[in-house]
Amino acid sequence: MSAADLILWALALPALGAAGIALAGRTPNLREAVTLASAAALFLCVVSLLPGVLAGARPEVSVLEPLPGLAVAFSVEPLGMLFALVASGLWIVNSVYSIGYMRGNGEAHQTRFYVCFALSLTAAIGIAFAANLLTLFLFYEMLTLITYPLVTHHGTDAARRGGRIYLAILMGTSVLFLLPAIVYTWVAAGTLDFRAGGILPATMGALPLGVLLALYMFGIGKAALMPVHRWLPAAMVAPTPVSALLHAVAVVKAGVFSVVKIVVYVFGLDALAGATDWLMAVAGFTILAASVVALKADNLKRRLAYSTVSQLSYVVLAAAVLAPLSMIGAAVHIAAHALGKITLFFAAGSIYTAAHKTEVSELDGIGRRMPWTMAAFAIGALSMIGLPPAAGFVSKWYMLSGAIADARWVVVAVIAASTLLNAGYFLPVVHRAFFRAPGTDDAQHPHGEAPLPMVIAVVLTAAGTVALFFVPDMPLALARGMLEAR
Amino acid sequence: MNIAPHLPALQVVVPLICAPLAVLLRRGTPAFLVTTLASWTAFAIAIALWLQTAAGPPISYEIGSWAPPWGIEYRVDRLSSFVLLLVSGMAALMLPYSRASIEREIPADQHYLFYAMFALCLTGLLGITITGDAFNVFVFLEISSLSTYVLIALGRDRRALVAAYQYLVMGTIGATFIVIGIGLLYLMTGTLNMADMASRLPDVRATRPVLAALAFLTVGISLKLALFPLHQWLPNAYTYAPSAVSAFLAATATKVSVYLLIRFFYAVFGADATVRALPLGEILMALSIAAMFVASAMAVFQDNAKRMFAYSSVAQIGYITLGISFDSVTGMTAALVHLFNHAVTKGALFLLLGGAAAVYGGTALGRLAGMGRVMPLTSLGIVVGGLSLIGVPGTAGFVSKWYLILAAVQAGQWWIVAAIVGSSLLAIAYVWRFVEVAYLRDPPAAAPLRREAPAGLLVPACILVAATIYFGLDTRLTVGSAAGAAAMLLGGGK
Repeated sequence: MSAADLILWALALPALGAAGIALAGRTPNLREAVTLASAAALFLCVVSLLPGVLAGARPEVSVLEPLPGLAVAFSVEPLGMLFALVASGLWIVNSVYSIGYMRGNGEAHQTRFYVCFALSLTAAIGIAFAANLLTLFLFYEMLTLITYPLVTHHGTDAARRGGRIYLAILMGTSVLFLLPAIVYTWVAAGTLDFRAGGILPATMGALPLGVLLALYMFGIGKAALMPVHRWLPAAMVAPTPVSALLHAVAVVKAGVFSVVKIVVYVFGLDALAGATDWLMAVAGFTILAASVVALKADNLKRRLAYSTVSQLSYVVLAAAVLAPLSMIGAAVHIAAHALGKITLFFAAGSIYTAAHKTEVSELDGIGRRMPWTMAAFAIGALSMIGLPPAAGFVSKWYMLSGAIADARWVVVAVIAASTLLNAGYFLPVVHRAFFRAPGTDDAQHPHGEAPLPMVIAVVLTAAGTVALFFVPDMPLALARGMLEAR
Repeated sequence: MNIAPHLPALQVVVPLICAPLAVLLRRGTPAFLVTTLASWTAFAIAIALWLQTAAGPPISYEIGSWAPPWGIEYRVDRLSSFVLLLVSGMAALMLPYSRASIEREIPADQHYLFYAMFALCLTGLLGITITGDAFNVFVFLEISSLSTYVLIALGRDRRALVAAYQYLVMGTIGATFIVIGIGLLYLMTGTLNMADMASRLPDVRATRPVLAALAFLTVGISLKLALFPLHQWLPNAYTYAPSAVSAFLAATATKVSVYLLIRFFYAVFGADATVRALPLGEILMALSIAAMFVASAMAVFQDNAKRMFAYSSVAQIGYITLGISFDSVTGMTAALVHLFNHAVTKGALFLLLGGAAAVYGGTALGRLAGMGRVMPLTSLGIVVGGLSLIGVPGTAGFVSKWYLILAAVQAGQWWIVAAIVGSSLLAIAYVWRFVEVAYLRDPPAAAPLRREAPAGLLVPACILVAATIYFGLDTRLTVGSAAGAAAMLLGGGK
């Protein structure tokens, strides 16, 4: 099979899977088998593209041309490869986890859930492999729409409110800012293709360039830069597997992925020199402010949501520094944070399923009953803080190196302060779980670990987090590949 | 006999003959068959004409072999063939729908009258589009208007009578203005042929009667196309008319009026005398933007889905006239593309709502709670149509919005870009009111169990929903025709 075919299969497989899931809706076991099979097939498909991309190939395929000169086209470059690998790989683990969670909690409308889940993977892969801004925008909006039913899954008033905020911010920012930015780029550059070194004409003044950058950065609401971050905590009304895959991996990573991609391939690092100071300020503020909110949040999922807001801005901050080393940090952080945060969300969902607990203050001594889950949680927390032996250390190392090389001391200070804040809101959870005595009423509600599929999933992602620390070669190679073509 | 040269005449004559035939047949089913056949023939003719003009020069047809400017000329160029295709295509799709629809909404003894009126309305709309004679425009306008009043009055709700009467009053004022305008033009140029008029007008351009004619025509046509704030007739008419009529009117009637405005502005008076010499472009732009915001905001607060989408139509017409007001090829392309795309989208929406009305007995949002579970296909179709109204990529509406924003950026008018995207947010708000009602509310206990609309209603609607997506992904037909027509109108320059 040619690389172009593989790209199209990667897009088609989750969609075909969704159709299969819908058809198999009446027999849950078959339905889940279809989910797992399509997840595995997708991952295989994406992995088979990897050797070529590492060797420098950039396979392309064009599908249709909705506007004259503007095609829906796909092209695999290293950064997209990395995002696609993360999204498709974690879909497998997440499917295993979802099966345990959805059955364990007796959730309704499970077929709809799995169908939307599969379709959202098509959208994520479309974003990863988009060859131009039009294609990116098409799948970006598709991802928003297809995840809306997942966010409002419970159909309650709270879900409706969360869904409203989710949709209003994500769609509102993309229509208000992203679309005009894309049209402006088209008028200014005459093309929307992602090209190494950027596409904007060198004659563009500083003011239009700054405005365009702002339109993109706030137009990509999925990157959750403050003040357009509110959708992320609002989306936590969703079932935990949704929060895990979509709001630790696919949706938010689609956001920061688009940010990095646009900075590298639309603007070009050289063109932006000096134009990103305000972006560093906004990203730095988001990192610290979100961490402070997380520090105060007692609800575990809310704490994780704000931690995500903060961690996403690491990527934006690193991209705004524009130094090659920090760009590598930004790219690797997409993978590192995904693995760490999905572990944390998995753990939160396991706690909810096994113990029906949602607040941090209820977790005293839970590590004794759920050792596997809480050990995994500890590893995820280490990754967020950026300590060895977890993947977060690698990306933070590169981000700091880039900032120091460029003598951006404020950036260094922000990352340092954020490390402390991260420790401040994650370590107490670990401490409560392992070193405090269980509450008195816990004795009346005995529980052990969550269902087996969930434990397997959480252990797998925790292991991945550690593995990425010891063997970060592949993401690093891809991140360097992104910069090499300049 | 070779009929190919006579296709322009047959385009109008076929549906025209069909109307008295339907009355003579006096029974629903034969009248339905004759009208459907006529509409399909008209569609086939429109396709043939479109293919001819896409490849070759404009067609000029002399009625009764009387040469213009004395005789009546039918003129098929890239613009009119595009609109003919749209109008006849919609009729061909909606007639099969109407059979299943009017069975529920109109007493059986009036069915043949419905088909006769439908055929007359189609005749009028096609006639306005194809004719090159200004007085002939007025004649066809009256044919389409009078039949439309009757069609609206056939609605089951008694308020349909009031709505029809309201439209009758407003429409008559509009038609009177138009005929006064045409009369003044005849007075000053001595001709009724539009091309001839265009060549003679520059000599008398600055005279008061010509300016008065322009004013009368602009206001008269704006009434018919429901330009804000002359749109008052539209929401009631669309809400209370029979479902098939709402859909047909939303998809064609206002669009043909927009076409007429473009014809008079750019082909008869010429852009130099209208949007460039007078502040007409600015006025049109201001009213369009007001329409986009005020009508969209009104739509958000409606409690009836049909009425909500009727207000949305007023707003969407604002996008079309906004495109015209740019006075650029891109702007005109945007206007024409949206004219087509909005017709497809709104046609689909009203057809689907007709299906919902058949199952629920009405389209009040309160009744439609939980519709996503009862009528999954219909609800999904309405959502797709709604996404097209918002302008989500992958739908026809996105293509329109793309060109509209492009035109604003090219003109360097950033505040208009802001207005376009800002009003899209209102579209999200009203579309999502439906989404929440349909998917996030439980069906009331008395609601029908899963029951889609009958196939006769569902299939034509689904074809249009598919078209909404198709024209978002393949724009050779829409953008190709629109860009060609825009270049023709604006001389390829600017």
